[in-house]
Amino acid sequence: MEFSELIKTATVESVLLSCAGQPAVKGTLCITSHHLLLSSCPGGDGQPSAVELWLLIRNVDAVEKRLVLSHRPVPPSVPSSMGVIPRCHPGTAEPPLPPLPRGPRQWALTSSSPPCPRVQNVGWYQPPRSSGSPRDNRLAGSSGTITLRCKDLKVLQLEIPGMEECLNIASSIEALSSVDSVMMMYPFFHRPQSLRLEEGWPLLPVEQYFQQLALQTTQWRLSDVNRDFAVCPTYPPAVIVPAAVSEETLRRAARFRQGGRFPVLSYYHSRNGTVMLRSGQPLTGPNRKRCAEDEMLLGSVLDDGERGFIIDTRSAQAAKQARMTGGGTEPKSSYPQWKRLHRPLERGRPLQESFIKLVEACNDASLGMDRWLGRLESCRWLSHVKAALSTACLAAQCLDREESSVLVHGAEGTDTTLLVTALAQLILEPGCRTLKGFQGLLEREWIQAGHPFHLRCAHSAYSHARLKQEAPLFLLFLDCVWQLSRQFPFSLEFSEGLLLTLFDNAYASDYGTFLCNNEKERCLCKVKESTHSLWAWLDQPEERKKYLNPLYSPNPLVIWPSVEPQSIQLWQGLFFRWIRSSQYLDEAWAEIWRLVEGSNTAVKESTESRLSRSLSDPTAPTENER
Amino acid sequence: MEHITTPKVENVKLLDRYTNRKAASGTLYLTATHLIYVDASAEVRKETWILHHHIATVEKLPLTTAGCPLLIHCKNFHVAHFVIGQERDCHEVYTSLLKLSQPVKPEELYAFSYNPKMSKDNREIGWKLIDLKVDYQRMGIPNDYWEITDLNKDYEVCNTYPPEIVVPRAASKATVIGSSRFRSRGRIPVLSYLYKENNAAICRCSQPLSGFSARCLEDEQMLQAIREANPGSPFMYVVDTRPKLNAMANRAAGKGYENEDNYDNIRFKFIGIENIHVMRSSLQKLLEVCETKSPSMSDFLTGLENSGWLRHIKAVMDASVFLAKAVKDEKASVLVHCSDGWDRTAQVCSLASLLLDPFYRAFKGFMVLIEKEWIAMGHKFSHRCGHLDGDPKEVSPVFTQFIECVWQLMQQFPCTFEFNEHFLLEIHDHVYSCQFGNFLGTCHKEREDLKIFEKTHSLWPFLLQKKQELRNPLYRGFTAYKELQPNTLPFSFQFWCGMYNRFDKGMHPKQCVLDHLLSCMNQKIKLEDNASELENKLPFLDGPLPNEACFLSKVGCAASKTPMLNTPQDYEGEAPPVLTNGISVGDINVTSDVDQRNKENLANHRDLHLNDSVDVLNSEAKDGKPQHH
Repeated sequence: MEFSELIKTATVESVLLSCAGQPAVKGTLCITSHHLLLSSCPGGDGQPSAVELWLLIRNVDAVEKRLVLSHRPVPPSVPSSMGVIPRCHPGTAEPPLPPLPRGPRQWALTSSSPPCPRVQNVGWYQPPRSSGSPRDNRLAGSSGTITLRCKDLKVLQLEIPGMEECLNIASSIEALSSVDSVMMMYPFFHRPQSLRLEEGWPLLPVEQYFQQLALQTTQWRLSDVNRDFAVCPTYPPAVIVPAAVSEETLRRAARFRQGGRFPVLSYYHSRNGTVMLRSGQPLTGPNRKRCAEDEMLLGSVLDDGERGFIIDTRSAQAAKQARMTGGGTEPKSSYPQWKRLHRPLERGRPLQESFIKLVEACNDASLGMDRWLGRLESCRWLSHVKAALSTACLAAQCLDREESSVLVHGAEGTDTTLLVTALAQLILEPGCRTLKGFQGLLEREWIQAGHPFHLRCAHSAYSHARLKQEAPLFLLFLDCVWQLSRQFPFSLEFSEGLLLTLFDNAYASDYGTFLCNNEKERCLCKVKESTHSLWAWLDQPEERKKYLNPLYSPNPLVIWPSVEPQSIQLWQGLFFRWIRSSQYLDEAWAEIWRLVEGSNTAVKESTESRLSRSLSDPTAPTENER
Repeated sequence: MEHITTPKVENVKLLDRYTNRKAASGTLYLTATHLIYVDASAEVRKETWILHHHIATVEKLPLTTAGCPLLIHCKNFHVAHFVIGQERDCHEVYTSLLKLSQPVKPEELYAFSYNPKMSKDNREIGWKLIDLKVDYQRMGIPNDYWEITDLNKDYEVCNTYPPEIVVPRAASKATVIGSSRFRSRGRIPVLSYLYKENNAAICRCSQPLSGFSARCLEDEQMLQAIREANPGSPFMYVVDTRPKLNAMANRAAGKGYENEDNYDNIRFKFIGIENIHVMRSSLQKLLEVCETKSPSMSDFLTGLENSGWLRHIKAVMDASVFLAKAVKDEKASVLVHCSDGWDRTAQVCSLASLLLDPFYRAFKGFMVLIEKEWIAMGHKFSHRCGHLDGDPKEVSPVFTQFIECVWQLMQQFPCTFEFNEHFLLEIHDHVYSCQFGNFLGTCHKEREDLKIFEKTHSLWPFLLQKKQELRNPLYRGFTAYKELQPNTLPFSFQFWCGMYNRFDKGMHPKQCVLDHLLSCMNQKIKLEDNASELENKLPFLDGPLPNEACFLSKVGCAASKTPMLNTPQDYEGEAPPVLTNGISVGDINVTSDVDQRNKENLANHRDLHLNDSVDVLNSEAKDGKPQHH
């Protein structure tokens, strides 16, 4: 496949770009294989052109077109001269898209035909395939507006002179933004000058974590049973397992867990030696199958008489129903030392819909107070935030207060499970709250742990495409971290800015960090060899400073958040980032930086410099002399 | 005192509203002014003080096995749930509190017995701190168009207005008197704020007695005079802040609103802010939501929506923004009224002034604003706050809404106010506490009759003394921002947990940025003072310099250390003893030591730094101790 095939019109002059809260600018629009650029020439010929827009096309979530005809009588079938063209729903107005290659071919360079450009269903108007001159003349004075709704929730409008250009631009953007092949994505082409390719890729995060805990306990070992991804395709090659359990036991236990996700160590609580494990659901099925190796594996975690907790992120009802499809949950009789707790957390489609509804409500400026609060309630996003935080608190409580080990799983063990284990670690472990530690946590508990980013973040809140496996679990996690940062403003080393950047990059990125669904895919795509790591970029000193929290002061304690509704707020910095002006809040942060840095310099000045001045004054006596 | 039959009850439990933490057990005392609860179970002596005037309701709940529960709701949204062992004790405390919390005679109010041991002179200086004439001068009044008149010196024009009012120069005495007969309770149009840049004014009054067809020539002349005092605009707005339906209903009672046909060049507009009864019941519903035990997110949001509270807050803000825009952008004067012009009108006029003029966003300006638009213009604090035993239908959270609107603005504009949230809460507390004279009575005349100025103290100097802890560390000064244009989309209004759940500490952020920044700032100021101290000392050769400098660097370390505040809601014990300003106990000793040295040094070199004629009260505020130059 060639990108050039997808680009129908590469440049258009005199395009007007507008977005909320900013003055509109006119300039030349350019489409490259991965970017949409708009450059303007403010001062005529001599002036260098200014780049006003540099948009990664992958960031585009939905394209909407509106055409304005000015030199053409209104066709009788259309009530007004303005045709609003709804986004095409596959399977309604247009023929369904050919299924994109999935599975193993996904990371291979596909040579299949590009996805159908979705612009044909203009209704009364067919875009000119071959340029006939009478038609061109008729359309010369027409123009069109393209609204680009981005995955980072930004909304842009491009007013494009010429209907054909408008349609071409729209279809090019649609085609380019829906290229699904990983290796065609921008990270494989992005080569920033300041970075080297291999920089910043975390070296074996699981191994590193193991080294830390090996200093404190000998109960656990590093297993390479999954080194060729044969036991569990979504686990990394190295996992941490009980020292007493053999590789063969692991292999058998894996067969009893969905996706082969046998229980592995997620977190070691140094204060009392308890651990948090995670896994997929046990495949008990309708016949209540048992697996001796799985029971042994879990049994080996607890000493005689010790009790552990299984936190199932589904309702008891849902867990029971899962038996019909081969899944299930651990029966008390087979796992006598483990007490099961059900804490249902939403995921999958309902969570995606919650996100979509929330964003719709946020963008609806016509709402009155009551309607706004009603929609905030009915989208249930904040309920999900509260539930996620509560469940993470429960897991943390089991470890820290009850001094019991915990196993967390839902169904696949790649979504709500990771949400809970990652949040619980942030609550318990001060080391995770530094910039470095947080990166490590994301690597271990999200990226290496096999959260399917490619599937979950394929579309954001604006896309009208048929939902497949999209779900904003990672966004929900970031939101919960933001809630923690609001309740403990001194305890996280990073700022809101980092969370926003992570959200943006999970959905569309210049970097390879969030590509693919698991380590196996990343290896096949050679992500680490051929793309740059986001962490390398963020770790550059000048970038890093942008993401630091000026108020940070290491807090060795557990940070227990309040989960009362009064304590949970809508994350305006994310959901209203492009809607409200942040000028006054930015100024407040600048002021905080000034105060915090100022108080440091004040200390320095008043002690060091003034002291040295006075000491260098020969007339100033010292204590000894007096 | 005659109301107190049982001054002390032992073995009283205080239940925590939200968590299932072990209930505190201790002793309850009743004094002439406060209910005091001393927690005996805690390691550190912990006291809960409740001012009798703050008590809104006292309820005796059905007897339980633990004892007899007594539930107290306060006007500052504190809720205390006691369990008293003996039914008889409970009943006596209950009857005492009922009487103590609802005095019948004004002389029983706390302000008349409050004695902060301040000299008579200082008390009088305190009352003169806020001078409204100075504020009118600041606006350039008197000028060619406006004058301060004493037509109301004997309260003949309007007995709920102050003796001095600002009216257009062009309005004759006959016009003023005539207009007053056509306005409900004689509350004629007077100036509230003059926007100097373009001469557009905000004026306020009560509804006209127009009924279905009545007219009044003088009133029409009065409005014309106001319009003509702003030659830059050919028209003026007349804003009725009531919902149209309410205003129309008033016509049947011979009141109503201005007929556009009878007044030259006015643009008439309704802005639907609901009346005091709707607001009272809205707050009631909001508080019920706040008190629900472990509500789900949906319960809370639905409750918040159904209370309508934020909708009302938004309505007040929308109206104020309309006023500010009319004045600033359209350069038109605005006359505002509601029914009597002392509730909604006060809210809207004061907020619009706050949006237009940075002066009112500073400590002193905010005090002026409250004195001017609320106290002087006759907002009936006594009735709205239920200071005395009276008609419960007169009680309404009108002032609370104003304070909340200011807080909402603080959220949007964190660097534009000189003061912080605590300042608002302090004022709100004292509006109900009756500890100071400012908010007693219903109008200026009544306060004179009560001899407030002779017998009580003013709140403002008391607050200025606490300026250090009430300031906003992010304030960027007077000139950084001029007019504010707040976003009034619904999402910009947040539930104010710090007010309505203020006493439920578990819900608040566990680490307080404000306190931290304040201590940063105070340390900085102290260090700078100290540094200049050292510099000034150098020529005198009288200090053990290096020692002091080392000592200072220690302070520096302590200052940069962040307080480690961490109170999970389910901790068994209380939070580690961290003082409210966020500095740990160790730091305090160090700093107070510095303080001590500071003062000693000040005694030696006072002339060096304090020779500037700082106003008396400000320097008092700075050192927390009166100094006489």
